[in-house]
Amino acid sequence: MEKHLMKGAEAIAEAAVLAGCRQFFGYPITPQNQIPEYMSKRMPQVGGCFLQAESEVAAINMVYGAAGSGARVMTSSSSPGISLKQEGISYIACAELPCVIVNIVRGGPGLGGIQPAQSDYFQCTKGGGHGDYRLLVLAPDSVQEAVDFTYMAFDLADKYRNPVLILGDGMIGQMMEPVVMPEAKTEFPEKPWAATGRSGSGRRIINSLYIDPAELEQVNLRLMHKYEQMAKAEARCEEYMTDDADIIIAAYGTTARIAKKSIKELRAKGIKAGLLRPITLWPFPSETFARAAQRAKCILTVEMSCGQMVEDVRLAVNGRIPVEFYGRVGGMIPSWREIMDNAEKTLKGGKE
Amino acid sequence: MAVVFSKTKMLTDAPLHYCPGCTHGIIHRLAAEVLEELGVGDRTIGVAPVGCAVFAYNYFNCDMHEASHGRAPAVATGIKRSLPDRCVFTYQGDGDLASIGTAEIVHACTRGEKFTTIFVNNAIYGMTGGQMAPTTLPGQVTTTSPYGRDVNHCGYPVKVCEMLSTLDGAYYIARVSVDSVKNVINAKKCIKKAFEYQLAGKGFTMVEVLSSCPTNWGLTPVEALKWVREKMIPYYPLGTFKDKGAEEK
Repeated sequence: MEKHLMKGAEAIAEAAVLAGCRQFFGYPITPQNQIPEYMSKRMPQVGGCFLQAESEVAAINMVYGAAGSGARVMTSSSSPGISLKQEGISYIACAELPCVIVNIVRGGPGLGGIQPAQSDYFQCTKGGGHGDYRLLVLAPDSVQEAVDFTYMAFDLADKYRNPVLILGDGMIGQMMEPVVMPEAKTEFPEKPWAATGRSGSGRRIINSLYIDPAELEQVNLRLMHKYEQMAKAEARCEEYMTDDADIIIAAYGTTARIAKKSIKELRAKGIKAGLLRPITLWPFPSETFARAAQRAKCILTVEMSCGQMVEDVRLAVNGRIPVEFYGRVGGMIPSWREIMDNAEKTLKGGKE
Repeated sequence: MAVVFSKTKMLTDAPLHYCPGCTHGIIHRLAAEVLEELGVGDRTIGVAPVGCAVFAYNYFNCDMHEASHGRAPAVATGIKRSLPDRCVFTYQGDGDLASIGTAEIVHACTRGEKFTTIFVNNAIYGMTGGQMAPTTLPGQVTTTSPYGRDVNHCGYPVKVCEMLSTLDGAYYIARVSVDSVKNVINAKKCIKKAFEYQLAGKGFTMVEVLSSCPTNWGLTPVEALKWVREKMIPYYPLGTFKDKGAEEK
């Protein structure tokens, strides 16, 4: 297998091209500019279209148009830009169109900062825009996973006719690691629902307006049913040294990688620690957590936020064992030692 | 019996929801007839706006895409860039295009996006019940300018054709009216020219159509057409603001 040393953002862009993405609409924002920059170079080489939109609002609506036309389409941004895209994402979710959105998260709220954060968890997993809808959210912890998940995201988006969001913090976007690139996809699913202006088999309408409440209720129920199917089939979680663990650290993305070092150090001290790393943030791997709570003594959730995923951990554990939280925010990254110290503290406060 | 008239096939049989005397119906028909005459109905994708024409996807007998408020030019950009050989149009009102969607229309125009915009200007927000629009005339009474539009307080109307025609990406920009038979015939000619330019792969094309809103203006349909002639046309002069095709000849 040939390995390439690539920056996360560029690796994501190349993985999208290999997955058959031929339309990219974006707007510059740090720390993800290498994605549109790479696409601006690469798209003309593969007969695709890179277009720099006038705003994130326009970019997501270009995605809406292209997705409705049946294209494999992607946009990328970072936190404040993702906020601007929320209206469009809500429309795309309701119209049931496939697309891939990348959020390389930076510190917030407001203009925030440009360093890595995980403070968009609520926005990405609980809606973000208006109305009842869900995104499938994948959280890579390495450049290789960023490649693999981006590549897979287009198929998942087509399968469920739903937007898929890649949630990477600034660290994932900016660091360089060796990666193995997948094969270029050559076969793509038919999209008979797409409004492509084809004659013959009736008119196609891409729409999210249902003025009759009874009809809109049916649309909502249909979406809910789809989300239930997704929740059943797509929840993914890495379990690391959890079999005999007294304390479980719950973390995703960059934080999970740091936590693995903390776990090794805890184990060296004779403390049985393990890691649960949600790979899909929505659907949240609740069953894995519920199962782990049957034998572990406590959970420490570590995030680069003031405590967002911890709410889903507590829901999944449902009061069975204590769930504590440790976070660094504003672009600050927790050290393995901080996580280790907090894990020990949690274990002392947990049940014996 | 000889058939002397039949409705264009590019309109569906769905009854229009527009108020009596509103000229949206005429404008729909003109655009639909042009699509039929150009023979592009089976490769056309229309983009509907938010506003009075929000249900346009029920009326135009082609593939349609309903956009969010003001974003039709961005949606049309995504469609046309994905399917460059299709005929793509947006149908937008003044609140949609000249207020919330100004960034999208300006940038679609300056990029020279190869689609056609039908811009319906009736100087008011119709669907939401008669609020002040970006194109509401100075002194015009609306539900949010109850003392008349005070330009010292809320500024001046936006003249879209004049503004967009300054951009190099604009290929064809015209303002027409449908207040009289003569003007209706001319409006259709301009709409046809815009679509022809699009199909020839030229740049951005837009036809602004001055339209009446008897309901929210508080006028009868006949009085409303008179108001278009006497109040709107002097402020929004009719004519061709940009025609690169003619310049190139």
